[in-house]
Amino acid sequence: MKRREFFNKSFKAGVLTTTSLLFGKIPDLLAFPPDKYDLVAIKGGEPDVMFDKAIASLGGMTTFVHKGNTVVVKPNIGWDVIPERAANTNPLLVNRIIKHCLDAGAKDVYVFDHTCDSWNSCYSNSGIERSVKDAGGKIVPGNSEKYYQQVSISKGKRLKESKVHELILECDVFINVPVLKSHNSTDLTISMKNLMGIVWDRGYWHRNDLNQCIADFPSFRKPDLNIVDAYSVMMKNGPRGVSRSDVVNMKSQIISTDIVAADAAAAKLFGSDPQDIEYIKYAYDMKIGEMDLSKLNINRIIL
Amino acid sequence: MTKLKKIRVIVALLFFFTISLIFLDYINVIPSSVYDYVLWLQFIPSLTKFVNTLTVSAGGFLIVLLSVLFFGRVYCSSVCPLGTLQDFISRISQKLFGVSYFNWSEEHKWIRYPVLILSILSIPLIGMFIIGLLDPFSNFGRILTNLFYPVILLLNNVLSSLFESIGLYLIYPVDIRAISLVGLLFSIIILSVLIVMASKRGRLFCNTICPLGTFLGFISKVSLYKIKIKEEDCESCGACETVCKAECINADSKEINFERCVVCFNCFRECPTTAINYYKQNLLVSDNTIQFKADRRIFLNKLYYIVIGLGSFGFTQIKIIPEKESTVPIKKNVPVSPPGSNSIDHFTSTCTACHLCVAVCPTKVLQPSILHYGLEGLLQPRMDYLTNYCNYECVECMMVCPTGALQKLLIEDKKLTQLGKSKFIKENCIVDTERKECGACSERCPTKAVRMIPYENNLHIPDIKNEYCIGCGACEFACPTRPYKAIYVEGNPKHLIAEKPPAEILDKKIDYEEEFPF
Repeated sequence: MKRREFFNKSFKAGVLTTTSLLFGKIPDLLAFPPDKYDLVAIKGGEPDVMFDKAIASLGGMTTFVHKGNTVVVKPNIGWDVIPERAANTNPLLVNRIIKHCLDAGAKDVYVFDHTCDSWNSCYSNSGIERSVKDAGGKIVPGNSEKYYQQVSISKGKRLKESKVHELILECDVFINVPVLKSHNSTDLTISMKNLMGIVWDRGYWHRNDLNQCIADFPSFRKPDLNIVDAYSVMMKNGPRGVSRSDVVNMKSQIISTDIVAADAAAAKLFGSDPQDIEYIKYAYDMKIGEMDLSKLNINRIIL
Repeated sequence: MTKLKKIRVIVALLFFFTISLIFLDYINVIPSSVYDYVLWLQFIPSLTKFVNTLTVSAGGFLIVLLSVLFFGRVYCSSVCPLGTLQDFISRISQKLFGVSYFNWSEEHKWIRYPVLILSILSIPLIGMFIIGLLDPFSNFGRILTNLFYPVILLLNNVLSSLFESIGLYLIYPVDIRAISLVGLLFSIIILSVLIVMASKRGRLFCNTICPLGTFLGFISKVSLYKIKIKEEDCESCGACETVCKAECINADSKEINFERCVVCFNCFRECPTTAINYYKQNLLVSDNTIQFKADRRIFLNKLYYIVIGLGSFGFTQIKIIPEKESTVPIKKNVPVSPPGSNSIDHFTSTCTACHLCVAVCPTKVLQPSILHYGLEGLLQPRMDYLTNYCNYECVECMMVCPTGALQKLLIEDKKLTQLGKSKFIKENCIVDTERKECGACSERCPTKAVRMIPYENNLHIPDIKNEYCIGCGACEFACPTRPYKAIYVEGNPKHLIAEKPPAEILDKKIDYEEEFPF
């Protein structure tokens, strides 16, 4: 336990003790309210088990999803490769997240991605289509321009407008589920880069300072929750990868409502300095989120 | 004798609908392994495949030949889907414009034999160009792929929108942008010709233009059994002539020109007696003296103008969106032929442009060519990397090709078959012109033949290792520069074998007990 955390907890404990003593509710002493963590990092388990534990420490999915909500879960389904290649988000994790959302009372849970490779092959070969259906979610297409609505991004520096998938604009809760991977030009692809899959013209980003566009987009819409899948991590040849040998089993997961913090922590996990990942730096400068992990209240769980 | 007619109709419908199904199966529910069986009997694809692969499995045409040697052109009214299409057209027009009857007409020997001879003689010179253009199966395929397929997609999208408007994502919309104008135009012309010819004159096409019809007709001169009118049983009612869509029955002289007979058995059903029937033929007696006196030059000239006209239309297909303009134009010298085609020579000399591969291609990277392979390769599919790129995991086109122009490769071999090589034009690249990161090409490269290497100001610029490149076109498709791409694929005239991308094992040991690095 770090000093900061210690103070935090002692303060809460103190307040609780005082108040409960005042009102004479001794049993409440045993039930600490969950800490308000900014970020949860967990390692050593299977993707679904880690998610169960991590989300519980944030107060459970009901903290984010309320009864009757429409939820969009956006994994990375960009590539027509099998799950073992870790180019797409782990299907087991996606499945688990959807179940939590439905248990929390979500009306509909939609899943889509604007894929790079042929979309229907991506959906099926990534194993995500199956896992979504099994969990009771709805896998919907992202391959047609008609789903994308023009929006203006007033705070964007290079990205002033973009066409965004209508479900993102309409949903109550937007859960971003990227997979941590190496990337040939942006070094890493994590939460912010995963948002390229909810816009239509990704070519525009490539033409107009890719790193800046990646940082610009969350100024328009930040996901309500970012769940970084770092169970299997593609260490080189990303984002598509060439073979199974690109992948290392890290068995980790990072969850945060702060997209910049999630990316900064994931970068560290990967072995990179967040300072070296340009879009993380840009987004921090634009005050989209916190990249200095020492300023955050982090729950670290090792199973 | 109506039984024969019924069987014939059932067989014809079976072929017609199964073939239509495999062409129009846009969601790929029918496994491609079935295609071979469905198309096994299609004469020109089967013969082409046999000549090119010398495999017995391509021997469907032998069965057809055998059937002709026994009973005449049974093929034309049962197996040939274009024949059945003409029967549909003729049926519909009869329904629409009232009952019309067929009448005996003279044979157009001066058209059909020159067309046949020209088709065959041209093979050494211009490959399958004329045969492919006239082959009934390929024409049927082109009409389905270029005309009906987009209509089906449109219907799908309308339905999909309807369902989505009530919140159901039952039917996924499909991309219909990849429509080939040259293919569409050509199919409209052929279909119009068929409608004009078939609505009034039945199987006129089969007995004037179709080289296969002429060829099988020529063979049927020596058929063991021929359909004839037995004069002593005939009541001279003339009913047979009125229902003969090949217009080959002369009721007055009680003669049947069996060379033109498509063996539809309409006359069998109509004849009040049994005068019309199969009669055994004395093999030694045949009157096969072929006469032809057509002007080949005029024919070639006309063909040339048609083709040029089509070509100039096709050029409107390339769309250019100028944005931040790149400056160096791309000059491609060699088109990229599909995987399994081995070499451009082999491909252009065996493909009849039936467009079945175009129809099944899931990414629609396969597009009918205009003049990319030269005039003689008109409409033969090529890899069009402005439309899309070749899916690394896919072998569909090779699985379905009925002519052997695309030979089946195992997926592992296909992944190492180099169709062409990537070329990089640094002056067009965002990284060089804008001094910003991009990497769209390297991102999609399935073999990392296109890698990003360090460049000025901590940037990364593409670098191509051609030994790993398979020419799939992912880089070219993804490259966001306009109007000229910064990376493109130059075709290999003969496909080569690429090296397997290296797979060094990472020696990263993960300690799951170790504290987080933050």
